[in-house]
Order: sequence, then C-alpha cells, then structure tokens
Amino acid sequence: MTMLKIKDISIRLGQFELNRVNFEVPGGEYFVLLGMSGSGKSVLLQIIAGLISGASGQVFLDGKDISNEKVQRRKVGLVFQDAALFPHMNVFKNIAYPLRSAQLKNREIEKRVNELAGVTGVSHLLKRTTANLSGGETQRVALARALALSPSCLLLDEPLSSLDVQLRGELRSLLRELNRRGQTIVHVTHDYEEAVLLAGRVGVIEHGNIVQQGSPTEVFQHPRSEFMARFVGIRNFFNGTLSGEPGSARKFHTGGITFTILSDEPPGEGYIVIRGEDVTISKNMTTSSAVNNFRGVVTSLGPARIGTEVMIDMGISLGVLISDESAASLELSEGKTVWVSCKASALKFIGK
Amino acid sequence: MTGFQPMKLLFVFLGGLVLLFIIAPLAGLFLATSPAAFFETAMEKEVAGSIWLTLWTSMLATLIFALAAIPFSWILARRKFPFKRVISAVINIPVVIPHSAAGIAILGFVSRDSLAGQIGDRIGLSFVGSAPGIILAMAFVSIPFLINAARDGFAAVPEKLENAALNLGASPARVFLTISLPLAWRSILSGLIMMWARGMSEFGAVVIVAYHPMTTPVLIWERFASFGLDYAIPVAAVFITVCLVFFMILRMLSSPYDHAEN
Repeated sequence: MTMLKIKDISIRLGQFELNRVNFEVPGGEYFVLLGMSGSGKSVLLQIIAGLISGASGQVFLDGKDISNEKVQRRKVGLVFQDAALFPHMNVFKNIAYPLRSAQLKNREIEKRVNELAGVTGVSHLLKRTTANLSGGETQRVALARALALSPSCLLLDEPLSSLDVQLRGELRSLLRELNRRGQTIVHVTHDYEEAVLLAGRVGVIEHGNIVQQGSPTEVFQHPRSEFMARFVGIRNFFNGTLSGEPGSARKFHTGGITFTILSDEPPGEGYIVIRGEDVTISKNMTTSSAVNNFRGVVTSLGPARIGTEVMIDMGISLGVLISDESAASLELSEGKTVWVSCKASALKFIGK
Repeated sequence: MTGFQPMKLLFVFLGGLVLLFIIAPLAGLFLATSPAAFFETAMEKEVAGSIWLTLWTSMLATLIFALAAIPFSWILARRKFPFKRVISAVINIPVVIPHSAAGIAILGFVSRDSLAGQIGDRIGLSFVGSAPGIILAMAFVSIPFLINAARDGFAAVPEKLENAALNLGASPARVFLTISLPLAWRSILSGLIMMWARGMSEFGAVVIVAYHPMTTPVLIWERFASFGLDYAIPVAAVFITVCLVFFMILRMLSSPYDHAEN
C-alpha cells in the first residue's frame, strides 16, 4: 500500500524550480532521492513536511491529502542535515519534546524516551547537553526525536554527510534496522554509495525533475539520461560475495566470474563498482599489471558524453569507456571478441 | 618580542581619556558627598519615596510594555510584511527626538481633553501628574531599547530550530515559548535591563507629564533649581548608587542560556 504519494508538485523559488514532481513510496520502503546539490531534493522534503508553502500539486500520506495540513499535524518526521537539536535542552528533553507537545503523561514520556534511546543507542547520553555530542551521536538523537511520535514516514535530509566513514557505517546499520522494523523512509543524498547501500528504490532528481526511478541496480546500470550517466559516470555495479581475509589475495564472485580485488573490507555480501574509464580493451590477451583479464563479446558501442561507450558481455555485462581513436584502431564492432582487463585496485568493494 | 607600538599606545591613551571622561564626574560627585550627608539624604523621606517611585514605575513600565514588545519583536525578526522598514524606523523615533518634545507629545495624547484622557477619566485613571503618566513617559522613551535587542535576539535564533519544533508537533505558541523565547532570552534580558535603566533615568519626558509625584531625576532637578548644586549632589549620589547596584545585579543574572536544562 502506498504510504507517501507526491503528485505534480511544482514550485518556483527565485531561480530554482521544481517541475511536476511525481513519485510514490509504498509502506515500509526505503526510498532514496539522489541528486546533486541544488537539484531540489531538500526543498522537496520541506514541501512534504509543510515547511515550504506555495507549492502546487498534492502530497498524500497514508491515502490522505495533507497538502493543506498544518506542519505540526503532518505525521512526517524530518531529520535535518545538521540535526537541528535544541541547544538549550539536554538529550532527554530533546527526545521528549514531541511527546510533551502531544501532552503525554510524564511516566509515558520517560518510558518512550528510554525505549527510543535504546533503539538508537543513545541511552547513555540522556543527561548530556547537545553541545558535547559527536556528529554520530547528534544524528542518533535527532533520529530518536523524529521517531518519538511514530511518524508514518521518516524524511532524512543528507543525514550521513557530516560523518566520518566509520560513523557512517554505524548509522547506516541503524537506518537499515529502523527500515527493517517497518519504518517508511525517504532519504535524500548526493552520495551514490548511500543509495546503493540503503535504497530499496532510488529516484534521481535533476534540476527539479525526477528523471529516473527504480532499483539501485536498474538506475546505476542503465542510466536513462545524460545527466545520470555523468552523475554516476559509466559505473559497473555487481552484487556478489567477497572472499578471503584482509591482507590476503581477495576474490569477488559475481555472475559466475571471479575478480581479484584489493580491499581491506571484511568478507561477505556486497557490491563492486568498476569505473568504465578504468577498464582497458585489447584484441588479444596481454601481460600487464592488470590481474583481471576476461574474454568477452562486444554487444553494443556508441558515443558517450566524451569518447565511446562499449558494452561487453563476458558472463556479466561490463560498460567500458574508451577514446574514439582506440575504438577505431581496435576496429570494434558488435559481435567482435575482445579481451578486457582491469587492475585489482580499480575495483571498489562496498559491503552490505 | 614585540617592538615599540606607537599606535597601540595612542589607542590606549585615547581609551583612557574616554574612561576618565565617564568616571571623573561621577567620582567627583561621590567625593563631594560626605558619608554622613550620603546616609542622611538616603534616609530622607522625600528622597527614599522618590527613589522607590522611580524604581517601581520604571520596572512596571518595562514589564507591562514587554508583554506586547517581545511578541512584536518576534514578528519584526521573522515575518515579511509591507512597510516593515518604515515601521522599524518609527520604533526608533523616541530615541532621536528631544525628550522634552516626547513629553509634550505624550501630554497632548493623555491630557483630559484628549480621547485617551477621557477614557482614562471614565475608568478612574488619570495620566497627568500621576504614576500611570510617569509609566507612559518612561515607556515611550525606553521601549526602542527592548524592541531592538529582542528583535536581534530572535533573528539570531536559527529558523531551522523553530521549523524542527513545528515538525515535531508543537503549536506555533509552544514553539515561541519553548524555542524562540529561551534561545533569544539573553538578548531580551539585556533589552529589558536597558529599557528599565533608560526609563529610570528619564527626566525630560517625565517632568512634563508628571512633575508630581516626583521621580528622583525630577527631585534632583528640583533641588538644584531651588537650592543649588550642594543640595542636588547628595541626592544624585544616592540615586546613582541605587541604579548601579541594581544594574550590576541584573547583569550578573543574565548569563548565557539561563534556561538551559542540562
């Protein structure tokens, strides 16, 4: 069942414009809106939350039109990029704030705050001032506060952008856990890795328009617009398993083929990303520092924004970007057998 | 090692001159008042009564007008509306006009011939020559200090925090009382102190609206005009002492995040 439905949302704010934006988010889904800064993704979240008025179109939440509902009555919890914790209240009072607005009894408030603090891992911080929290702790408290009123939909505005790599991983796990418990989440970001790692579905927003929607694999493997291709580059995403311990020769198994990879990530399920620019094509098997060599068949070739994009079937479909001169000298054509090579260091593993 | 810095020395010297300019007359005032004369004046019924009148009228003026001025300051900080710049300029008029002129304007507004004066008469409230008139005169000349400080305080509160509170289910009134007001409190308190201090020291507007009952600035003038400098100095010394004591206490109370709940 659809939890959030955005219908024909348009607004003009100075030079910036959202133009008939439409998308639907089923209950329990993790939807990531991916776009560069200035694309309109944060504005869209604020329109859904009711913080920006004057937009045409409609916002439906759980089947009800909330387009004209007051901000405080919309059951959407918004987590701001910088968390927006109240600096004059401690962590407990921040989380309790929405519960006091709802006029719950003190005993119920205490119980609910403790429960939320447990889920988000901030139980030990309840008496602390917000000024002394780390970036990760701040976002956890903001999440707990936004969840206090059990929102029908949680809206996240770049929640991981200010965190270091380790904290990002921890917070991602928390977000996945919340989603696993059934929380519908709309998350906006400019970081494709977040989309790959968290999204059930991705919507790509460009200049105020949603240009593509689908699963991460669909969106990244088959970018439908030049913008999207430029945004992600020609990137090859493959789901599979990383084996071997860090420090040893690592292997990544996907689609019946095995890549050698340099990675210090722990073994397990995940994705590899190979930039099309990092793959070379040759007529024959060559000896070089590239340890990944596969024979494949050219399935298509055509102009890219710069150079030529060649798709090669080698058990999996790999996109390669080469110069027009190289394409001509290799006499590439559809159906031609070639060798593709890439270095172990050209593969990036992203653990699930 | 830093070398000889003539500019720094010059600035320190100029700063010293300014400080001396402020301190010297006040020090002279206290040096010209013997401890005996000081305490004798402080115990005088007329002096003590006028100080008490000045204190409570200025405090009441501040508190009554703050009830309207603080929400108005929030509107000025947060909302866009037609003629906002004009209104902001109007607020500062009492600061730039001569206070005797302000007194004349208020007297015209509240005299028994005016509409406000007639309405006051009907409910048994006389503004001319009375404490309510003193309160009006004090508030008129001092309210810009509160509005400007409170408006700057509200403007410094990130709007995002107010939006976050609304998103968390708080009504606009609750957002104002629990987010905007506590976070702007330091500026508001500073504005309240300035308004109170300015109202307390007002002479020009008050003397025209209410010569009697006498506030202390009017009493100082009256002693000076009728009996000369020697009789005015001890009253001035006592009043300045009272003002400084209150001012210091209130300044000490206004520490950052007074309302922080840590």
